[in-house]
Amino acid sequence: MGFSSKQMMGLGVFLFAIFVGVPLLIGATGRWDFYFTLTSVALLAIASAGVWLTFYIGRINIGQGAFALIGAYVSAILVVKAGWSFWLSLPAAGLFAALVAVLIGLPILRLRGVYFAMITLVLTQVVTLTALALPITNGAKGISNIPLPSGLSLFGIPLIPDFGSMENTKLAFYLTACILMVVTYAALYRLVNSRLGHLCRSMQQNEELASSIGVNIAYIRIVIFAISSFFGGLGGAMFGSIAQSVYPSSFQVADSVNFMLNCFLGGLGYVFGPMLGTLVLYFGWDLLFEFGKYQMLIYSTLLILIIRFLPNGLLSIRFSKGDKS
Amino acid sequence: MEQILANGVYLGSQYAMIALGLTLIFALMNVLNFAHGQMYVIGGFVTYTVYGQLGLPFVVALVMSCVTLAILGALIEKFLFAPVIKGSAREESTMLLAAGIAFFLDALILIIFGEKQRGVPKIVNGVFNYDFRLIMPYDRILICGLAILSIVAFIGLMQYTKTGRALRALAQDRTAAQLMGVNVDRYSMIGFALGAMLAGLVGGLLVTITGVNLGMGGPTSIKAFMMVMIGGAGVISGAIWGGIILGFMEAIGLAVLSQYGDITYLLIFISLMIFLAIRPQGLMGKPWG
Repeated sequence: MGFSSKQMMGLGVFLFAIFVGVPLLIGATGRWDFYFTLTSVALLAIASAGVWLTFYIGRINIGQGAFALIGAYVSAILVVKAGWSFWLSLPAAGLFAALVAVLIGLPILRLRGVYFAMITLVLTQVVTLTALALPITNGAKGISNIPLPSGLSLFGIPLIPDFGSMENTKLAFYLTACILMVVTYAALYRLVNSRLGHLCRSMQQNEELASSIGVNIAYIRIVIFAISSFFGGLGGAMFGSIAQSVYPSSFQVADSVNFMLNCFLGGLGYVFGPMLGTLVLYFGWDLLFEFGKYQMLIYSTLLILIIRFLPNGLLSIRFSKGDKS
Repeated sequence: MEQILANGVYLGSQYAMIALGLTLIFALMNVLNFAHGQMYVIGGFVTYTVYGQLGLPFVVALVMSCVTLAILGALIEKFLFAPVIKGSAREESTMLLAAGIAFFLDALILIIFGEKQRGVPKIVNGVFNYDFRLIMPYDRILICGLAILSIVAFIGLMQYTKTGRALRALAQDRTAAQLMGVNVDRYSMIGFALGAMLAGLVGGLLVTITGVNLGMGGPTSIKAFMMVMIGGAGVISGAIWGGIILGFMEAIGLAVLSQYGDITYLLIFISLMIFLAIRPQGLMGKPWG
């Protein structure tokens, strides 16, 4: 897996932009509220990466909101009720979401096409309703007053400072979210360009054919769905920590649909599509805030126009010469 | 018990109509119409404006709802869905378009009709009371009758007219239908308009009982998806069964489980997931539609 110098340059510019450029720019313009927006973009992009991965095996996943909500609740319960450190609860949330995905995925991954899409949509609703009904999730009141992430040190060396004692948690959260996002997409890129990625592509084209030449499709789709949900749980847990609260309505059907839209908008053929899609959708929505009650109208009109004239996603402009990655 | 059954029939007949429109659009163009609930809400608001505000007869209002939605559906199909389906590499891109249209219609409803809950005066007064075992207001019975009548009319249209035959051919095999001389583009548009019209008609019927508000769109779409899944996507009889089954489950659940709080829907969802795990194509759907 070699990188061309052009790709390395692009990566360098991108990393520089998000870790140095954006903080400088925000410091210069004084728009501190953009930190929250961009942090949300980074976290939603993580969850969208998971959705994209299920698209990669040819399944339409409208259930990422369910796993984000599961992740947010697991992390919140571990931190508030069991007194765990947030940094421990974060992978735990992801793993729990992945476990749930394996259990649910075993039956429902047999479905295809719209059937899978619709059942994942229903799944989001199930998790929301379960969160309302279970005692441990506190029903409609949700879990609020989640403490900020505490510091983490390994053998006495502080690795992560205590967020509670920090003056500027916005920047800290922004950087954390960005690091998570970069790691997620690096993992995604690695996965897609690995042997597993090739197997996924074969499944996307024709599952029976892939199966007939010895690809264990049942195993691969469970693994992919679990990884996808792991990302969802991760993003959700981080989101809960930033908002310092989780409610059953934190992630709803509309959020699940948005995760899917992010992938479509960025383009399903490109690993970084969901990141771009999330940025455009979420940031665009935020920028249109000034239009007041016409916000939704303008936003949806733009969305319709984009899909009308670029039905294969935003990134398809660049690669329109058939250079599919 | 009689009450529960009557409620089930009442709910089921309306649900079946919503599901019919959705399944028709799906069968013809493989489009999952996320905006179906919003179309239903628009139908409700049109009837509210014509019947509640302008004071014209209820029938005129219903016709207006149907016409508005049919035109809207035809335009959406001609200028949005048809070109996108032609131009996109993967069929699923239409889902983004459908979701965008759902957002757009929501915004449109908000600007034109506002966010308040709207109701209209009752069309018939009085309550049917059978020995206090079965209590049903007359307007509900009327609406239920009208809904069943429209379903029968729709089935008749699909079975015995030229348009219906063309639509069924299109749903079965697009290419074959085209080879037999069916004008595919034209009938796709007619089918979409018909599906949207059904949504508008239910909206117009239901506004007399439940009223209408902006927030009803999304949940209605989800319910419609569930009914289509129960019956099998793209199958007309499946949509009717799905509607009736969901209607009865809801009526029974609300009556029996009311003391446990709001868990009816949770149970319905979970049983649906188990059902689909055993029978992925629904009651009468084609496998892997």
